[in-house]
Amino acid sequence: MTAVLAVNGLSKAYGGMPVIRNLSFEVGTGGHLLLLGPSGSGKSTLINLIAGMLTPDAGEIRIAGEEMTGLKATARDDLRRRRIGIIFQTLRLVSALSVRANLRLAQELGRGQADDAAIDGLLDALGIAHRADAKPRELSQGEAQRAAAARALIGRPDLLVADEPTSALDDANAEKLARLLLETAQTQGSTLLIATHDRRLKALFPESLSLPALAREAA
Amino acid sequence: MLGLALAYMRDRRFATGLNMLLLALAVAMLTILLLTSSQLADRLARNAQGIDLVVGAKGSPLQLILSSIYQMDQPTGNIPLASIDMLRRDPAVAQVIPLALGDNFRGYRIVGTEPSYLALYRAEIGAGSMFGDHGEAVIGAEAAAALGIKPGQKFIGSHGLGNGEGAGEHHAHPFTTVGLLKPTSTVIDRLILTSIETVWDVHGIAHPEEGHGSGDEHEEHAGNHDTGPMRAGSRDELAPEVTALLVRYRNAAGAVRIPSLVNRQTGMQAAVPAIETARLLSLLGAGIDGVRLFAWLLAAVGGLSIFVMLLNAASAREGDLALLRVMGASRARVTAWLSGPMPRSWK
Repeated sequence: MTAVLAVNGLSKAYGGMPVIRNLSFEVGTGGHLLLLGPSGSGKSTLINLIAGMLTPDAGEIRIAGEEMTGLKATARDDLRRRRIGIIFQTLRLVSALSVRANLRLAQELGRGQADDAAIDGLLDALGIAHRADAKPRELSQGEAQRAAAARALIGRPDLLVADEPTSALDDANAEKLARLLLETAQTQGSTLLIATHDRRLKALFPESLSLPALAREAA
Repeated sequence: MLGLALAYMRDRRFATGLNMLLLALAVAMLTILLLTSSQLADRLARNAQGIDLVVGAKGSPLQLILSSIYQMDQPTGNIPLASIDMLRRDPAVAQVIPLALGDNFRGYRIVGTEPSYLALYRAEIGAGSMFGDHGEAVIGAEAAAALGIKPGQKFIGSHGLGNGEGAGEHHAHPFTTVGLLKPTSTVIDRLILTSIETVWDVHGIAHPEEGHGSGDEHEEHAGNHDTGPMRAGSRDELAPEVTALLVRYRNAAGAVRIPSLVNRQTGMQAAVPAIETARLLSLLGAGIDGVRLFAWLLAAVGGLSIFVMLLNAASAREGDLALLRVMGASRARVTAWLSGPMPRSWK
């Protein structure tokens, strides 16, 4: 069975300072992985490499069997658009567009056309259908996080990547959001990868890897 | 179909409105300043168009030009009636238009002249007819609008060339408005035109009924005075005179010969409008340069404000642009959205 995410011998350094060294791991279809690591451990670098926004110094990354490394920038953009949804802690929605317009934009980028029924269904599932026409600044913290999840999931990505999604939340809300991401990814059939330093999430994930430890082990 | 840029503008209506207002004000002020400075030179040139030479009493040539062409200053004095025929007999002269100044009506100058003065400014009668008999007057468009005068109405001129100036009104000689001029955007719009004979009549000056050539006894210039087109011909009577002559040459030889002829062999002076206008502009040069510098400073401030506005906008949307890229949009597509049409479905 083809892994949704396969990382093999990945290395990246900035100015001669290695951030990721010879990293390898895989996540299968429907699997969920928690990448734990403190600030500066290379979590954001790894996410940027997986999403094709950075190129590695060595190693390869495959998304649903398709090679991400070694491609030109436009080809990486295309693969990211078709296969990956990303959620950031603060970078959530395009500020000038409503929640619904953001989801339409994401759909058009991923599939080439908008599907209002799918948008309404996902917003309803996430409990923010009543906020569909609100601008991002009009949303509460929780609503904005759910809207960001909806934006990342609306294209039905094979791989959903979340970068520090819970670090600014209290315990109850952190657990609530993590469960929401797990359930929605499960419903959508997406593989979930969360990179965080928030150890509170460890109990919710059957599988977790410590980023520096993993790098050291591989080395 | 609107661009993503318009979506951002709609999203920040107040800030966008203020920025547009700032830009519009800067552009408007720059335009007004540039137009004003360029129109000054244009207007001076337009009012002097078709006039090669101005002949008048000795004095400042600039004053003669200002008073006779632009109707802005006091005349330098009067000149003998015989000077008209003297110039008209010269084969190098194509046209001589006499002017007799001295009176005004509520600040608008009354100019005694001939109908050919209207042709100089391509002025046409808009209502009524051309002045003819004694006491008839034609009013320029701007003066008529300001004074509210219509054909058939009478008015009494005051002595002097400005409002409130002079020693009294000519009650015995009311003017009758017989015509109104169409607007020309030249100095004639602000004038009240009548015949030279009417001006003489108003001032009680005896004059020949026809022609201007009988004044040999007046060839000696009488010097400056500011009481109208007259001088003491003998002890008790006033002799008819004119204030200035607008001359157009028949050929280039006139430009070489006529000014020196007038300046050396008569008691009058000849002033060339082109030279005096250039001198006037050089006198005003410092002011015009200052206005131009101010205009460029405004342009620089306007440009800088636009740059700052764009920089702020780009900084504010840095996150959005990054998000678009994360969502898989190529650089080219992001640029196209910002400057081109936005998909209908986003709205």
